[in-house]
Amino acid sequence: MRDLRVGETGTVCCLEDPEMALKLLEMGCVPGVQVRLSGRAPLGDPLMLVLGDQEYTLSVRASEAATILLKE
Amino acid sequence: MAALAGNPAPTKVAGLPADPRPLRIALIGNPNSGKTSLFNQLTGLNQKVGNFPGVTVDRKTGVAQLTATQRAEIIDLPGTYSLYPKSLDEKVITDLLYDKAADNYPDFVVVTVDANNLRRSLLLFTQLGDLGLPAVLALNMMDVAERHGVNIDLPALERELGVPIIPMNARKGIGVAALKIVMAQRLDAPPVRFWEPDEKLLPLVRQIRYYFDLHNDYLALHYAQQYRQISFLTAEEKTHIQELTQQAGFDATAAQAAETIGRYGRINEILLETVTVVRTEKREPVSNRIDKVLTHRVGGYLIFLAILFLLFQAIFAWAQYPMDWIDQGISGLSAVIQDNFSGPLVRLLTEGVLAGLGGVLVFIPQIALLFGFLAVLEETGYMARVTFLMDKLMRPFGLSGKSVVPLISGLACAVPAIMGARVIESWKDRMITIFVTPLMSCSARIPVYTVLVALVVPDRAAWGIFNLRGVALMSLYLLGLFSALGSAWALKKLLKARERSYFIMEFPVYQWPRWKNVALTIYQKVSAFVLQAGRVIVAISVLLWVLASYGPGQQQATAEAQVRQAATARGWNSAETSRQVASARLETSYAGKFGHVLEPAIRPLGYDWKIGIALLTSFAAREVFVGTISTIYSVGQDADMGTLQQKLSAEKDANGQPFFTPARAFSLLVFYVFAMQCMSTLAVTYRETKSWKWPLAQLVYMTGLAYAAAFVVYQVLA
Repeated sequence: MRDLRVGETGTVCCLEDPEMALKLLEMGCVPGVQVRLSGRAPLGDPLMLVLGDQEYTLSVRASEAATILLKE
Repeated sequence: MAALAGNPAPTKVAGLPADPRPLRIALIGNPNSGKTSLFNQLTGLNQKVGNFPGVTVDRKTGVAQLTATQRAEIIDLPGTYSLYPKSLDEKVITDLLYDKAADNYPDFVVVTVDANNLRRSLLLFTQLGDLGLPAVLALNMMDVAERHGVNIDLPALERELGVPIIPMNARKGIGVAALKIVMAQRLDAPPVRFWEPDEKLLPLVRQIRYYFDLHNDYLALHYAQQYRQISFLTAEEKTHIQELTQQAGFDATAAQAAETIGRYGRINEILLETVTVVRTEKREPVSNRIDKVLTHRVGGYLIFLAILFLLFQAIFAWAQYPMDWIDQGISGLSAVIQDNFSGPLVRLLTEGVLAGLGGVLVFIPQIALLFGFLAVLEETGYMARVTFLMDKLMRPFGLSGKSVVPLISGLACAVPAIMGARVIESWKDRMITIFVTPLMSCSARIPVYTVLVALVVPDRAAWGIFNLRGVALMSLYLLGLFSALGSAWALKKLLKARERSYFIMEFPVYQWPRWKNVALTIYQKVSAFVLQAGRVIVAISVLLWVLASYGPGQQQATAEAQVRQAATARGWNSAETSRQVASARLETSYAGKFGHVLEPAIRPLGYDWKIGIALLTSFAAREVFVGTISTIYSVGQDADMGTLQQKLSAEKDANGQPFFTPARAFSLLVFYVFAMQCMSTLAVTYRETKSWKWPLAQLVYMTGLAYAAAFVVYQVLA
């Protein structure tokens, strides 16, 4: 996730941080789901992620997004 | 009616006596799933909100008329993504749903589900189903889903989920009638199980289940997960569960993650059978395109500032007209009464009750506008973007983007704002937000500001476009804001974090505000203010009138006699004599005594005993200040003396100069910016932090700051 640039899409592989994972999972950020980095807040943080093909948007801090690992 | 398939619910037999207790139904769903709209559709104006002036309370309840003869009590639960509470707000839900024996345990739940986000919404639904709660699924936002090409096979979905499904559009009220028909039935628990705890967890789960005599395994698993937070368990019971989980080597985090992934697996299977998506357009959704503008690097902040500016404009400029009408209306009424009647009761009515009432009613336009504005920002989904824009800016101060909404709401009233801080998951961020929110200038300070600013700041243009009074008001607000940020920063250094701070949040899709909801919010806030804060203010005004009109023993009579002697000696005219008499009587009254006791402490700030009285009474609620001074300064004066403004300007000091000099007025203004003078805020801080430490700290810190700042201002300006 760290390496994703604005506008790029990846697929969630796994979540690194167990505690953070619970929150992300509940919000629908499950392994296998497509995630697109659709934008950043003006000061670079937090990030705006668009999840899945149902197209809903989550806002997460960059440090939190970094715990989402993407498939190659 | 397809909605009833697979659910043989016994219907009520006509002619039998009505139930001793109406149906109790809980409304539950994800945030932004249209739950509030549905609640408003079902209950209309039959809603009850909390005890504080202007509050969105833990549990909103309302009454819905389901059929001609049947009513149901509806409980509106806070929005949540799962039954594992992350914030305080969400704990209300588990407390309600875990304890079958509780008084408020619902007969069934209505789960609102966003048809566009079925996968995620069904997570919560399957958890509720597995708890064994009878449920109806309100499939909301069908219109948007259809537009987005989402096709849902309703009968198949109903079969898979085992509950009635009502497709609806809660905003427009479509489907509400059908939902009411289904709600009027007594529903059974859904027969379907979506997920079972892993074999390995079963021994632990069964031990807990049999110990507490629970009705299913899944509830027992929740006990194992959350026993620490369940309010109705005793300390011994909690220790017992703790021992059991330790023996079993239970890993709560892993178990919860496994459950969530397991549930999504099952949900995906269900959706594969029942939902097809035909994307009709490849364009980006409108909401995302709006976001490009509203969260733009530069434009985003400019728009936010413009909106804030509009907000202030509304409160200070537009609200002025209706406020003047109310003010003039009350003083006109007062004059009419005094002209035609006389006697102590009439004076009590005009100088006590009407003066106090005027101080309350004059607030209404500003409160209505402010809460209306905030409601619109919330309704459209813009508030979430503000959070997003501000997060990075707030973090150096120990606050999060989520603190912005409480801080902005603090401009209206600190009480709901502090309760709004519940959405902040991190303990430290939340405590800091609660602590500094009362420093934001709330609407109760508006009358104090308005009266004093108008008294000493000329109504003139400054730098061409600004009004000097507007600039002064803006500066007071900025002073409040910067002191809040500075205090937050200091507190950040002092407090140790208990857990990490999160910032995961869903962006609601932009939508037009539902004016009915906005109107309802305004109505609730204004009536709460008038009924609750108003009662206190009027009561204090009346008490004050009595204290200011009567004094101990014969002191007042003696003082009056002395003044009359002096008057004959110096040949004062009758107007001057009666003014001096009134002043002497007030000084020797009970209120005057209190003021005099206080005077040595406040003289360095430039205040006399009259202001001392106002400070004392406005300790309970700062808006009382205006009511108090208008009562104090109208004792003995003719009501046709006119508005409060004129009364204050007429006040002279010992040398016959106007009493309210800029130094005095600014010192008072600064005092009111900082001072903690609101019982309700202290009470809500106590309730939200569950400790006296925090409200006491707020009281001491803010009042100390106020005293120091007012001292500096007076000494520098005088």
